[in-house]
Amino acid sequence: MRAVDALMECLKAEGVDVVFGLPGGANLPTYDAFVSGGIRHILVRHEAGGGHAAEGYAKATGKVGVAFATSGPGATNLVTPITDAMMDSVPCVFITGQVRTELLGTDGFQEADTIGITMPIVKHSFMIQHPNEIPRAIHEAFHIARSGRPGPVLVDIPQDLSRAEIDYEPVTDLRLPGYQPKIDGNQKQIRQAAKALASAQRPVIYAGGGVVNANAAAELTEFATSDRFPVTCTLMGLGAFPATVEGAGGREGGREPNPQWLGMLGMHGTRPANYAMDEADLICAVGARFDDRITGKLSEFAPRAKFIHIDVDPAEISKNVPAHIPIVGDAKNVLAKLVIEYRAIGADPARLDAWWSRIDGWKAKYPLLYDDSADSEIKPQYMIQALYEATGGEAIITSDVGQHQMWTAQYYDFPAPRRWINSGGLGTMGFGLPAAMGAAVGEPERVVCCVAGDGSVQMNAQELATCAQNNIPIKVFIMNNGYLGMVRQWQELFWDGKYSHVDMGEFPDFVKLAEAYGVTGMRFTDKTTLVEDMKRAIATDGPVLVDVRVTREENTYPMIPAGSAARDMVGPQVHDQERVG
Amino acid sequence: MSVFMGEPGTKAPLSLEELEASTNLRTGRKHVLSILVENKSGVLTRIAGLFARRGFNIDTLTVGPTEDMQVSRVTLTVDGALHPIDQVTKQLHKLVNVLKIRDLEPGDTVARELALFKVNADGAQRGELMQIAEIFRGKVVDVTKRAVIIEVTGTTEKIEAFETMVRPFGLIEMMRTGEIAISRGRSET
Repeated sequence: MRAVDALMECLKAEGVDVVFGLPGGANLPTYDAFVSGGIRHILVRHEAGGGHAAEGYAKATGKVGVAFATSGPGATNLVTPITDAMMDSVPCVFITGQVRTELLGTDGFQEADTIGITMPIVKHSFMIQHPNEIPRAIHEAFHIARSGRPGPVLVDIPQDLSRAEIDYEPVTDLRLPGYQPKIDGNQKQIRQAAKALASAQRPVIYAGGGVVNANAAAELTEFATSDRFPVTCTLMGLGAFPATVEGAGGREGGREPNPQWLGMLGMHGTRPANYAMDEADLICAVGARFDDRITGKLSEFAPRAKFIHIDVDPAEISKNVPAHIPIVGDAKNVLAKLVIEYRAIGADPARLDAWWSRIDGWKAKYPLLYDDSADSEIKPQYMIQALYEATGGEAIITSDVGQHQMWTAQYYDFPAPRRWINSGGLGTMGFGLPAAMGAAVGEPERVVCCVAGDGSVQMNAQELATCAQNNIPIKVFIMNNGYLGMVRQWQELFWDGKYSHVDMGEFPDFVKLAEAYGVTGMRFTDKTTLVEDMKRAIATDGPVLVDVRVTREENTYPMIPAGSAARDMVGPQVHDQERVG
Repeated sequence: MSVFMGEPGTKAPLSLEELEASTNLRTGRKHVLSILVENKSGVLTRIAGLFARRGFNIDTLTVGPTEDMQVSRVTLTVDGALHPIDQVTKQLHKLVNVLKIRDLEPGDTVARELALFKVNADGAQRGELMQIAEIFRGKVVDVTKRAVIIEVTGTTEKIEAFETMVRPFGLIEMMRTGEIAISRGRSET
């Protein structure tokens, strides 16, 4: 059979049920194979949209996302999503067409050195040099993408090789002698970690996206509740530990705040989370990488703490902060073993009483807050709280990058993993809308909302056409303040309030834009009806784009100014009068 | 170093001295890394690219076949003070085509490189030059009226010592292969 038909068989064998992509000259044979290949293909409007959709699909489902593009510009348009997937460890396989082998290296039409361009941003890549290599390369690509620390893998297939006839036999073995991720965790180290935790007076669990990737949220919760460990999550880890629990509390859906939850940590994290890190004597990092947005000034990060660092990628351990007890392994395996070891010790929970009274003091004194409007004006923070109410906290939420992303992370109390999909490492504006599209395709039963910025959404708004054509019912809520808001905030705070090229004006008219794309457009401007309006938008069939007009100049607080220590958090103003005692 | 260095949030201008301070740290022990890799296209690019983007500086690099056709060996030397060697090897291990890495201890290793020196040798000087070559167990591989080419094999230190000796004669050109290294004793490198 043709190599491309074998490619379809391989994709099916890997359980692929959808591919996002766009055809071109160099992958014409591949697209011919889609005609009767038995795999759903969603035609996107820009390859970057397809790449982010594959990421959204992967993050929502935990399966490998797949995107196709042609050679040259098709492949270079994938560079941003590939980098994004690398930074956030998203399992994706990207398959690109390449010019015919006889044209390679001749600057042929639509030729780009895709393998060379993407080498620094992939977990691995395969340049196909013989059609017989294709089946094995595809299976190895999927294995590498989803195992160990997940990441993007690229397969580049020259056009002539893809239409070659090959003797296809299903591949049953992988030949990757140099790739053997350690996932079990060293038992001795785990026991040592349990001992350290049992004697810690001021412990904190600091969980990252690795917990979500490893599907280890249940294990994390069991570990945290095996004693009364305080838990904070990174931006990527939100949902790995439930922010709310079943209870009598006043929130929609009868949930109440989880008493062990400190909120997100880092630059725009909560004061309780950052102060707890600052005063902790033992920090147990799980699937997190001590990013500069977490540590602030490195030399003053958690100065009293010893560190347990659990990560499947040994290169992350002691990269930024030296670990006292390193454990290389998959979070799910390691946490399950750690709970057993910890329970066997029978630590006295009462030793944490003093620590909890300190933390509860911070929680009471420094809740997340903002000056709400007295009239109908919609404050951006309120917009997120309204979205929580309108969805009962049960939606998958994607976001772009900027203030709206931070407010969503702060105010939408994620109760479960894989509900929060955003671009953390790379910080890719334009991520949210196509990621929502991918998530909605992967999880058709769940409400999928995108909280977008008015700046970000324009970077991949073309995918509204894809949503309209395929009736992908995403609900996009644009937090519209007419600014590149986060940049405006930094210019206000750190560059003497001189605004340089951050004013986006009232362009475009998003309701008209939605209608032009065949999508329902709405505009909300009134706080008093916002929750009901949002419910109405969510109940509307098909994709909906909502222009939510919010306060133009509102700052995201609290905040650790760049290069400062966690205990020097600032804002909002009501808190600045008081310092941590 | 300023706490704000590299942060977009501060408008404080950054002095050149401050910027350059971090690049003047090269003092550490040399590490010889012996890396077995799958003999596949692009492997060397992956290794070189990894070093470049992580800011690791390669001092010397040699690549060649091994006794196994499917496997090549890369021997490279890096400055251990400038880059945490642990981080270098961990990042290398993440490359799918890298099979094995050894950070060779100088005491347990036989290391050699080959160098060719093209030196000015007008009549009167030639005898003295030949004597120096002999002391270093060098071989004269080409002689013309005005120049000789000498081949020297040995450790980096020996080759550098030879270079110091012949430089006064007028060193026209020098070429070095970079070190290869093999562990002492029965066990495999």
